Amino acid sequence: MTQPHDVHQDPYAPPDGPDKIAVKDLDFFYGDFQALTGVTVGVKEHSVTAFIGPSGCGKSTFLRCFNRMNDLIPGTRVEGKITLDGQDIYAPNVDPVDLRRRIGMIFQQPNPFPMSIYDNVAFGPRLHGIKKKGELDDIVKSSLERANLWKEVKDILDRGGLTLSGGQQQRLCIARVLAVEPEVMLMDEPCSAIDPTSVQKIEDLMGELTDRITIVIVTHNMQQAARVSEYTAFFLQEVAGEPAELVEYDRTSSIFTSPKDRRTEDYITGRFG
Amino acid sequence: MNKRVTNAVALGLLWVAALTTVGILSAVILYVFVNGIGVISPGFIFTWPEGVNAEGGVWPTIVSTLYVTALAMVIVTPVAVLAAVYLAEYAVQGRLVSVIRFAADSLASVPSIVMGLFGLALFVEAMGIGFSMLSAALALSFLMLPIVMRTTEEAIRAVPKYIRWGSYGLGATKWQTVRKTVLPAAMPRIVTGIILATGRAVGETAVVIYTMGQAINLPVSPLDSGRPMTVHLYLLAMEGINLPAAYGTALLLMIMILLFNLSARFILRRSSKT
Repeated sequence: MTQPHDVHQDPYAPPDGPDKIAVKDLDFFYGDFQALTGVTVGVKEHSVTAFIGPSGCGKSTFLRCFNRMNDLIPGTRVEGKITLDGQDIYAPNVDPVDLRRRIGMIFQQPNPFPMSIYDNVAFGPRLHGIKKKGELDDIVKSSLERANLWKEVKDILDRGGLTLSGGQQQRLCIARVLAVEPEVMLMDEPCSAIDPTSVQKIEDLMGELTDRITIVIVTHNMQQAARVSEYTAFFLQEVAGEPAELVEYDRTSSIFTSPKDRRTEDYITGRFG
Repeated sequence: MNKRVTNAVALGLLWVAALTTVGILSAVILYVFVNGIGVISPGFIFTWPEGVNAEGGVWPTIVSTLYVTALAMVIVTPVAVLAAVYLAEYAVQGRLVSVIRFAADSLASVPSIVMGLFGLALFVEAMGIGFSMLSAALALSFLMLPIVMRTTEEAIRAVPKYIRWGSYGLGATKWQTVRKTVLPAAMPRIVTGIILATGRAVGETAVVIYTMGQAINLPVSPLDSGRPMTVHLYLLAMEGINLPAAYGTALLLMIMILLFNLSARFILRRSSKT
């Protein structure tokens, strides 16, 4: 607890590629309770970055800072700086509504809206003013194709989104996010509530999507982090009631083969958490 | 052994209680049915009363009841739903909201005859609308308002937060989220609340007797007076002029309310499938 960690002195450990999102000295508070302290991390463009750590280590909280989803929870507060393409996303002139269009989000629980598959995917484009049927048709088709769901649903587009299986629902949600052409997709434990076959499909998908977007995934499944990500950040809350922190951030291969911090090694070898 | 006896006794009591409830309900329905079914015919439903309004059919009273109920529904729905959206989504949850909620619950328990008296004083007299469909619909809407508002509020609160997050996550504003995802998701339960309140209004007597008048009249304009089925039924029975016709009217009224409630169930059932 008292030992110094020099990870903070070496924030951008993974060297190559520009940062899509850069976080510097981030503290996060739920009212009086500080949940995160001094997090500094750089998310590389067109990569998959995984946040791992035991439950309650603040990794989901941290993820929700990126699209200012925490703004919706009264009493939360952010200190420090997060930039998207160099722009401070907490600057007063930034509208979180615009930000969330650029940074989409997938949640743990698949959450299709209670409307048709088509309307689910067209929801975002319609919000942002696209009305022409032909244009919407194209967006719906290409988004479902990119989410690897088109083949399964192309004949049932008018059926309710909630009639699909859990895994299909999650891919529908991915298509729905892709339809607004975000630059970043945040995934908050996207596979923990769905069946293994669908997990496989979603993991395969992530690699394909990074040709155009940047993905950040929170997972408590270390094997999943190892399979899908190029970079991994390990978070830990060492003492209950104290803020969690970023212990180590590096290329996924280095984290899993030669972690620099003893606590990372203990976690990935399954000694706790 | 002792435990078993207690168990058997408890079970027996539960059975008796359940049977009593079902028994009373069936007795009421059966009694009205047996006494009323003989009168009901197309002629009874679709013709006007005759003589001293004790013979003949009940057509104008059916129209008056449906007219006033529909009007009340049109008045109450936007107000109640918007108020509920405000309370559930926008208002800072605190003292003021609890006070409003308490006021709504109190309003729901005001005796309907008091509401009728109030309607008479305010709409019929002070505002000079007179005995009319409009006066009665306004007074009825006071009765329906808390029911629709509270069921709508519950329906909105029951929409999972994940659905809202999905919408916010796509760059929707709060109003877009409420209008395009929360309200559609809550709609079946909102509609159910409206229908149940409407069923209540159909069967209401005290409010309308003070505000609609008793004229046998086929209402066209909202300012026309009329005689709803409940008042007709009351007059048929209490002035002792035609009991069989009273039972016939009662049976028709019960069937109408049953249809309302069945349609509410149907809407809920169907929506839970999609």
